[in-house]
Amino acid sequence: MKKLISLGLAVAMAASLTACGGNGAKETTAAGNTTAAATDTTAAAAGDTTAAASAEGGVLKVGVIGPLTGAAAVYGTAVANGADLAVKEINAAGGIDGMMIELNAQDDEHDPQKSVNAYNTLKDWGAQMIVGSVTSDPCIAVSAETEVDNMFQITPSGSAVECVAPDNVFRVCFADPDQGTASAKYIGENKLATKIAIIYDSSTSYSSGIREAFVAEAGSQGLEIVADEAFTADTNTDFSVQLDKAKEAGAELVFLPIYYQEASVILKQASDKEFAPVFFGCDGMDGILAVENFDTSLAEGLMLLTPFSTTEDSSKAFTEAYVAAYGIDPNQFAADSYDAVYAIAAAAKQAGITADMNASDICDAMKPAMTEISIDGLTGSGMTWNAQGEPDKEPKAVKIVNGVYEMQ
Amino acid sequence: MSFLSYLINGVSLGSIYAIIALGYTMVYGIARMLNFAHGDVIMVGAFAIFTAVSTLGLPSLAGILIAVLVCTVLGLAIETVAYRPLRGASSLAVLITAIGVSYLLQNVALLIFGSNARQFTSVVHIPNVKLAGGALSISGETIVTIASCLLIMIALTTFINRTKIGQAMLAVSEDRGAATLMGINVNKTIAVTFAIGSALAAIAGALLCSTYPSLTPYTGSMPGIKAFTAAVFGGIGSIPGALLGGIILGVVENLSKAYISSQLSDAIVFSLLILILLVRPTGILGKKIHEKV
Repeated sequence: MKKLISLGLAVAMAASLTACGGNGAKETTAAGNTTAAATDTTAAAAGDTTAAASAEGGVLKVGVIGPLTGAAAVYGTAVANGADLAVKEINAAGGIDGMMIELNAQDDEHDPQKSVNAYNTLKDWGAQMIVGSVTSDPCIAVSAETEVDNMFQITPSGSAVECVAPDNVFRVCFADPDQGTASAKYIGENKLATKIAIIYDSSTSYSSGIREAFVAEAGSQGLEIVADEAFTADTNTDFSVQLDKAKEAGAELVFLPIYYQEASVILKQASDKEFAPVFFGCDGMDGILAVENFDTSLAEGLMLLTPFSTTEDSSKAFTEAYVAAYGIDPNQFAADSYDAVYAIAAAAKQAGITADMNASDICDAMKPAMTEISIDGLTGSGMTWNAQGEPDKEPKAVKIVNGVYEMQ
Repeated sequence: MSFLSYLINGVSLGSIYAIIALGYTMVYGIARMLNFAHGDVIMVGAFAIFTAVSTLGLPSLAGILIAVLVCTVLGLAIETVAYRPLRGASSLAVLITAIGVSYLLQNVALLIFGSNARQFTSVVHIPNVKLAGGALSISGETIVTIASCLLIMIALTTFINRTKIGQAMLAVSEDRGAATLMGINVNKTIAVTFAIGSALAAIAGALLCSTYPSLTPYTGSMPGIKAFTAAVFGGIGSIPGALLGGIILGVVENLSKAYISSQLSDAIVFSLLILILLVRPTGILGKKIHEKV
């Protein structure tokens, strides 16, 4: 009896092994089929041609690196989902001239060392391009590695200046200084206030980078910085002293180039102090309305520069598909990575990339191609890139009115 | 007037450090071990309150009672499963285990609650007090925190000096071997210490998150480290030392943020710790122990 069971198990194992052996392209195409079938009837036929095409067009292996677990998991999972959605759409529509895209997302827990490990895992898997890393410090570490390997890399959201220092790295989001400069310009041009207080996180390159550019631009916009207060990752729960100082200095606007988590506490403490200036944030502020148990009336009137809003007409289709697939609202990180994959697809088409090219050849062909494309993405229409890897797009300002983003 | 405001906020912050520091100092005094998981027990307490009050809609007081219960059971469980088997082991092994338990709690919370920050609804329902014609506003949380801290200190000192089990705790801390010979159940005494420390952690969690209303699985770790510093500051093992250390730490932190640099406040706090330890290696109220050869 025992022998019979073990024989059965062995057979089952062998069967599952062969099932695994049938390469990943099948899986991707299968996914393409279902998406296509859902849209219309002709797409079922299109799905079939994809299957045939995948045999001749091959499979382009794209690795995704981001914090899928840990404190920054919100960003990493959004990027993985956004990329996944874009890949499914592209494959369902016939791939890049018949070439399918296969994704593999690796976790870096928002840790530079683990990010490099994740990159090495992806290289072993045979990755030909990298989407990532999601957060700035891990991204800087990975871009140093991809430069050595001459591997094409596009980061959806690594916003520190150094992220795209090597010329094989591009990004979708704004660089930190650009956000600081844009914020100061926006405040100055729209005459929101003249007396400005800043509360920033001196322990992240994101926040201090924006603040530096903001301070540099503020003078020429006629803005007076009356309080310039910092906190660090270890002191990010109590802002009463910083708020007291801003209040005493008579600030009309408090600039918060920080993440929404700390900002939600600042808004709460400010309301307890009956301090009600205009609060102005950058893209890190995106997500504040989703903080669990947060009294969204505190965020009323809050303004932020963000490249993406689910309430815009141009993002409706994406938002619906995203919610249907992953069950939560997309944030700007999902939009950034969705755009990143479409940028890759457009540039790969432009450069005539084929699946049998090695990573280094792909990179050499992609670099000039990236500067030649223009895509209408979720995070900006008519986005173009320069050779330094920086995107060119317009920042959008939103104001929170009645608990939703209102485009300004 | 702003100085007074900074000072009061500092005392309030210090009171929270002091309540957390009690957990460190009692366990160290009696079991001779650093329970680095203490900060994370605070986080568990805060999540227990959050779940009871914000998710299940129970009143705040019921939430606090549930959290005290959850933390007490958790503290006893940690002690029995992780620390008791290592009673005879080297202190380094116990320390590593404590760090392990700390990461375990953080990651289990991460698994259950996710990494998104939650806004904690204050358990204090007292309006702000306005003094000097509105120039000085003291929040209800601040008043409750300082009052609870004083109350806990008095209750705990009375408990240790006046009850049998309290005397047993003192005896175990002085000499574990002799205490055993006198018929004291050492394991039971240490378990009671953990239970009290963890119950205090639940209260600290409620006060911490009411004053600084952001709750994540990592909420407890930094206050835990600061409170440990406060315990060392005041003299680890000493209960009045924890109070003194906590309040000095809170006040120094807030005043240096206000008058020196908001960036350097932690550096200043920890430099002060080094200075004090250079002058008084056992902390401000720490006992000098003469080793007999």
